[in-house]
Amino acid sequence: MSSFELHAESISKVFGRRLIFKDVDFSCKGNGIYGISGPNGSGKSTFLKIITGIISPTKGKVTHIFDGKEVDSDHLHKYLGFVAPYVILYDEFSAVENIHFFSKIRGINFTQEKLDFLFQHFGIFDRKNDLVKGYSSGMKQRLKFIFALIHSPKILFFDEPTSNLDNAGKERVYQTIEEEAKNNIVIIASNEDNDLALCTTVLELKNYKIERLQD
Amino acid sequence: MSAYALFKKDLASELRMRYAINSLIMFIVVTISVILFSIGNERISDFLSGGLFWVVIFFSAMSGLSRAFVSEEERGTTLTLQLIASPTTIFSGKLFFNLILVFAMNIVVALLYSALFDSFVLKNLPLFIYAFVLGNIGIAIASTLIASIIAKASSKGTLYPVLSFPILLPLMLTLIDLTKQAMDGATFESSYVELAVLGCYDVVMIAASYLLFDFIWKD
Repeated sequence: MSSFELHAESISKVFGRRLIFKDVDFSCKGNGIYGISGPNGSGKSTFLKIITGIISPTKGKVTHIFDGKEVDSDHLHKYLGFVAPYVILYDEFSAVENIHFFSKIRGINFTQEKLDFLFQHFGIFDRKNDLVKGYSSGMKQRLKFIFALIHSPKILFFDEPTSNLDNAGKERVYQTIEEEAKNNIVIIASNEDNDLALCTTVLELKNYKIERLQD
Repeated sequence: MSAYALFKKDLASELRMRYAINSLIMFIVVTISVILFSIGNERISDFLSGGLFWVVIFFSAMSGLSRAFVSEEERGTTLTLQLIASPTTIFSGKLFFNLILVFAMNIVVALLYSALFDSFVLKNLPLFIYAFVLGNIGIAIASTLIASIIAKASSKGTLYPVLSFPILLPLMLTLIDLTKQAMDGATFESSYVELAVLGCYDVVMIAASYLLFDFIWKD
C-alpha cells in the first residue's frame, strides 16, 4: 500500500465574483477509491484541479505527503496521474512518441514491456505508431490512461473517466481503477452511477459545500 | 535533462509542422526586400543601416518567438505540460528552444543583410559578434517571458509587441549603439560600458524570468 496522503483544508474558490465552493475539507491516504459527484457547474473539475496543484485555491491549503515528507509542488507531477477530457495530447506525434516525450520531460523511465502491456490493455497496441490526430475520441481517452499510468503514480485523478468510451473501454477502465486502488489512491469525479459504484467513499459537491454521501 | 527533453519535443514538433520556421523565413525575406525596394539606388548611412538591422531583428522576433507558449495555449496542451513538469523545467525548455530559434533567425538576417547592404560593413567584427551573442540571448529571454504572459490573453498578436517594446527598448538601443561602434572600428575598451549593459541586462532578465515564471504559469 502506498504511503501517499492528500489533505485539502478549508478550500474555497472564487472565479471573478462567482463562488464555486467554500471551506471544503477533504483527506485521503494509502489506498482506496474516492468519488466526487455533484450537479453540472458544482466545481468537480475545479476541485480536482486544485487538489492536483494545477490551479490555486482562493483560500485554503492543499498538502501532499509521501513517506511522511511533504511533496513540493515542483515534484508533485512524479506522483500523480491525471485523466480528463481537457487533457490534450500532441496531434502531430504518434501515441508512442507522446508517451516517450512526456516521460522524458517528467524525468522518469519505463520499460518497453510496461509500455506494450498498457497499449495492449487499453486496446490500442495496433495503432500505437499512428499519429494521434488520426485517433477517435475514444482512442484518445484510452491513450490518456496510458499517459497517466506509465510512471506508476501513487495517486490517480480521473475526471469523467469513461467519457467517449465504448463498453469494452469502460470495462478496461473499471478493471484498471480496481487494480490501482489496491495500492494507490484513486479519485474519480463523475456523475455516472457506474463510475461512482466503484467508490468506497463518495462525496457530493453541492450548494458550495462538500458532503459525504457514502462510506 | 527534463528541460532538454521539452526542447527536443518542441524542435520535433516544429520540424513536423514548420509553423514558426516558415513564417519567420517569409517575414525576413519580405522585410529585407521591402527595405531594399524603399532604398532603391540610394546609399544609406552606416548608422541607419545598423539601426535598420536591429529593427528587422526586433520585428522578426515579434513574429515568431511567441509561438513557444501561444501554440501550447491554442492547442490546449498547457495543462498537459503543467501535469508533467515544474515551472522551472517548462521555462528552461521553452527558453532553450527560443534561443536556438533566435540565433538561427538572426544569423540568416545578418548574412542576408551583409550581402545586400553595401553600407553594412563591420570594421570590428569580434565586437559585433560579442554584441550579437549577448543581444540575442537578451531577446530570447525577454521574448520567452513575455510570450508566457500574453499566451492566455485574447489579442495576443497585438499585445506581444506592445508589451515587448518597453522591455526590449534598452537592449535594442544598446545593440544599435554597439553595432555603430563596430562599424566605426571602435575597440573593446571604448565599448566596455555598452557590453557591460548587455551582460547586466541578460543577467537581470534571466533572474527576473525564473522568479516570476512560477506566478505566470500557474492559475
